[in-house]
Amino acid sequence: MYLHPQYELLSRSELEYLQQERLQATLKQCMNSSFYRERFRKCGLSVSDIKTPEDITKLPFTTKQDLRDNYPFGLSCVPLDKVVRLHSSSGTTGTPTVILHTARDLEEWAKAVARCLYMVGLRSGDIFQNSSGYGMFTGGLGFQYGAEHLGMLTVPAAAGNTRRQIKFITDFGTTALHAIPSYAGRLYEVMVEMGLDPRRDTSLRTLIIGAEPHSEEQRRRIESMLGVKAYNSFGMSEMCGPGVAFECTEQNGLHIWEDYYIVEILNPETLEPVAEGEVGELVLTTINREAMPLLRYRTRDLTRFLPGECPCGRKHRRLDRMKGRSDDMMILKGVNIFPVQIETVLMQFEELGNDYLITLTNEQANDLMTVEVELKEFTDNYPKLQSLTREITSRLKDEILITPQVRLVPKGTLPQSEGKAVRVKDLRKTLI
Amino acid sequence: MTVHQISVFIENKSGTLIRILDLFKSSGIQLIASTISDTVDYGIYRIICSEPMRAIEVLKNAGISAEVSEVFAITLDNYPGRAADALRLISNDGICISYLYSFMLSGKGILIFRTDRPEATVKVIEANHMESLSDDSLLSLV
Repeated sequence: MYLHPQYELLSRSELEYLQQERLQATLKQCMNSSFYRERFRKCGLSVSDIKTPEDITKLPFTTKQDLRDNYPFGLSCVPLDKVVRLHSSSGTTGTPTVILHTARDLEEWAKAVARCLYMVGLRSGDIFQNSSGYGMFTGGLGFQYGAEHLGMLTVPAAAGNTRRQIKFITDFGTTALHAIPSYAGRLYEVMVEMGLDPRRDTSLRTLIIGAEPHSEEQRRRIESMLGVKAYNSFGMSEMCGPGVAFECTEQNGLHIWEDYYIVEILNPETLEPVAEGEVGELVLTTINREAMPLLRYRTRDLTRFLPGECPCGRKHRRLDRMKGRSDDMMILKGVNIFPVQIETVLMQFEELGNDYLITLTNEQANDLMTVEVELKEFTDNYPKLQSLTREITSRLKDEILITPQVRLVPKGTLPQSEGKAVRVKDLRKTLI
Repeated sequence: MTVHQISVFIENKSGTLIRILDLFKSSGIQLIASTISDTVDYGIYRIICSEPMRAIEVLKNAGISAEVSEVFAITLDNYPGRAADALRLISNDGICISYLYSFMLSGKGILIFRTDRPEATVKVIEANHMESLSDDSLLSLV
């Protein structure tokens, strides 16, 4: 049940002791980089000021902008000849960012991913298919190395080509699949089109889902469609990639590995810790990385600690499923809305498919939200379509407090990417 | 008696009608009548064609959201006021028409419609000896 009982079963005080040791080593490592030396000098800090994990609040934050400003190697804490891999974000929103890894970093990353997969019952003998993009996207190689570390036959199917993906699943007897939630839904649709029943015609038992915010309803729906247990995975390229936090078999919150990270949840406005159990921005300090440690990195992901202990026995705290990102929060007529709230409502309607699109527009300073959602089975029954539209509108109104314009659209007409699905389009103009 | 009508759920976007009509063309299915209105809520394209059951298969195989249903098709002699007389018989019974469209075929007027009370409509049609078409009798007029 535990791949690394020596770490997974540490008590809170043992974990904190380990964190203190590792934080000290990390800070010393940081002093090898001009970036951190300069940061510490500016704040009048020295490594010896940080003695306990609580002292971490004295440290300045690191942001994505810092990674961009010091692109590509400015945050390196080892000579470049010790670096064996780099991953880079796509840079669609500006200068790309780069994360560097030593051989040891890669080894530790693979172990973390292997620990996650072992935790949900995967073992050598399982056949693991990874539908993540490979290359620079960390979900590809990250799961590949972790699954191989565990001794699984690992199929690097990579993203896209849905029919080929399904052929691999049936031909190789794939038992475990990693896919983003919207793509898992797509796989199911195509299986049905091909006349396959996933429960009867495949050996799939375990699905790893992540990278895309999704609701509990969506998880349950995917589980019943594919006949699998689906586990939530959380990671990000700045923290290596996958393997940061993962659900155990309780399926109730994601254990974040506190032997790898010091975890804070802060109010994104005040940057002060939120009250126990409240939602805030996840801020992480890596304490098990050589090439490019990140101190108090602002992830922009919003979550909260789940209170209480997990029956699985691990004392590593649990994060609630991501509530979206502090930057995908929509503010409409002064109301804060997360796409996942809308998704939760839509998924309660059996008549609707998995894809939806939220479009924000404004007319004369009046924000308008349009929610387009796919109708699963079309019926030429105008009154029925109208009453369905009205029902969705009123349930959404209850949830988000504003009245959106709901439009039912034919299946397959919403933009469907084989990567992350586009859920929100903000077309609002600045009105002066 | 009724005829089969195809209803296609379409996006309000350039090229969507062509896609459907091209599928009919390549499958050798003939369009007899069709209608679409400019409502913003739902784009429903209703079609009467030769071989409706094969048409629905063709559409579904192409991944298009469509449904086949039964609608009334009555023929009317070609003179002014005939449609008014026919519809009066139906509305006298308190039956509501959900939608209706009409066209001429071989010198006969044809009304296609759906009502909120199909059973009552059948009775009115029969009691008044209106000529109601089936798929085959409609096709024989083409």
